[in-house]
Amino acid sequence: MKTCLVVDDSKVIRKVARHILETLDFTVTEACDGREALEACLVSAPDVILLDWNMPVMSGMDFLRALRESAIPSRPKVVFCTTENGMAYIRAAIEAGADEYVMKPFDRDTLESKLQIVGMA
Amino acid sequence: MSAAPLPVSQVALNVFSALLEARTGQRIASYRSWRIDTALKPLLRTHGLDTLDQLVTLLLDGNDPRIGDQIVDALLNQETSFFRDAPIFDLVVEAVAGVEAAGRRPRIWCAGCSTGQEPLSLAILFAERVDTGGTMPEIVATDVSDAAVARTRAGRFNQFEIQRGLPIRRMMRWFDADGDDWVAKPELTRSVAVRRQNLVSDRPPAGAFDLVLCRNVLLYLSTEAKAEVFERFATAIRPGGTLVLGAGETVIGQTRLFEPSRTLRGFYDRVAVPAVQRRVA
Ligand SMILES: C[S@@+](CC[C@H](N)C(=O)[O-])C[C@H]1O[C@@H](n2cnc3c(N)ncnc32)[C@H](O)[C@@H]1O
Repeated sequence: MKTCLVVDDSKVIRKVARHILETLDFTVTEACDGREALEACLVSAPDVILLDWNMPVMSGMDFLRALRESAIPSRPKVVFCTTENGMAYIRAAIEAGADEYVMKPFDRDTLESKLQIVGMA
Repeated sequence: MSAAPLPVSQVALNVFSALLEARTGQRIASYRSWRIDTALKPLLRTHGLDTLDQLVTLLLDGNDPRIGDQIVDALLNQETSFFRDAPIFDLVVEAVAGVEAAGRRPRIWCAGCSTGQEPLSLAILFAERVDTGGTMPEIVATDVSDAAVARTRAGRFNQFEIQRGLPIRRMMRWFDADGDDWVAKPELTRSVAVRRQNLVSDRPPAGAFDLVLCRNVLLYLSTEAKAEVFERFATAIRPGGTLVLGAGETVIGQTRLFEPSRTLRGFYDRVAVPAVQRRVA
């Protein structure tokens, strides 16, 4: 089974995302901020990371840069999932190494479609 | 709190299904009645009505000729997405490669284009190949629904629509943000000619096409209506040209004018058959 790490400081979003991902046959783990996510990745890197932007402690962008610079041998797919919906944000995320971008609010179709695009669903 | 479903009377169902089938060939029997409720609810609101029976009365009064169009529009299934069944799009490029190689600009007809995602996906794919020496084909997109035609022309999509099937890099390259919507760049919309056309009663767009995409449109047509549409496609597609249907749709057992392609799955070749043998016995 494929694994997905959901990184979001909102418990509600994590719950919704987990529910959708589980119906898509993912094993889901959760983190509340970038720091927690990075620690989780160092222990065991998931196949794909669903990543919020604005979070306390460490933002999604800082996490992504740290992840891409880290020595983690696998290269998890990173799908931003955020309310930052402007073109400038999207461009910055892609330039920093994100593979896809989901603009919140999202639904099952959106998430499934984006995971398909990165070859994960 | 969700509202209780509207009672759908059999009379109303019969009237709406007859109207839809007469105008488009689409059979409503395949829809469940809740879909009719849901689909027509906004229209009831617009006209300040409470029940579908009142809508029938308004339709039969004949005072407002737009009512019929509005009902048909609302009942049509317009489900679509960008790059739907994605591998098909690369096969389309492959299928018209021969035309390009012969120095001609390929002509593609997207029949039943809904809100425009399908023809725009084609336009994106070909436009990206122009950078490396490919040609932009002539793309004609048609639909029976005025609303769908207008939307295809506008190339405007909401946040949910733009995120279905469209990779983010392509969105960044080919769309501009406008409020909460995303609008296709003019160079993209310019490359798609959009017209209203009814597959069961109107002549196809003029000229011979190298490839016709008609996906997820003929599913609910009667066998006779389908056979007629295939006849029309046969006049619109040059011999040796290609018809592409949706996943799970086929020409087999429906017409002799097309045969499954030997090389491309889900693609059908226009074959030359004597008029007397055209219909399947
Ligand atoms: C389910 S959508 C499919 C859109 C697109 N081809 C795709 O596969 O994603 C079907 C479309 O066919 C159109 N349609 C239905 N009956 C038609 C007819 N008789 N003539 C032209 N278009 C028709 C509908 O308005 C609708 O937009």
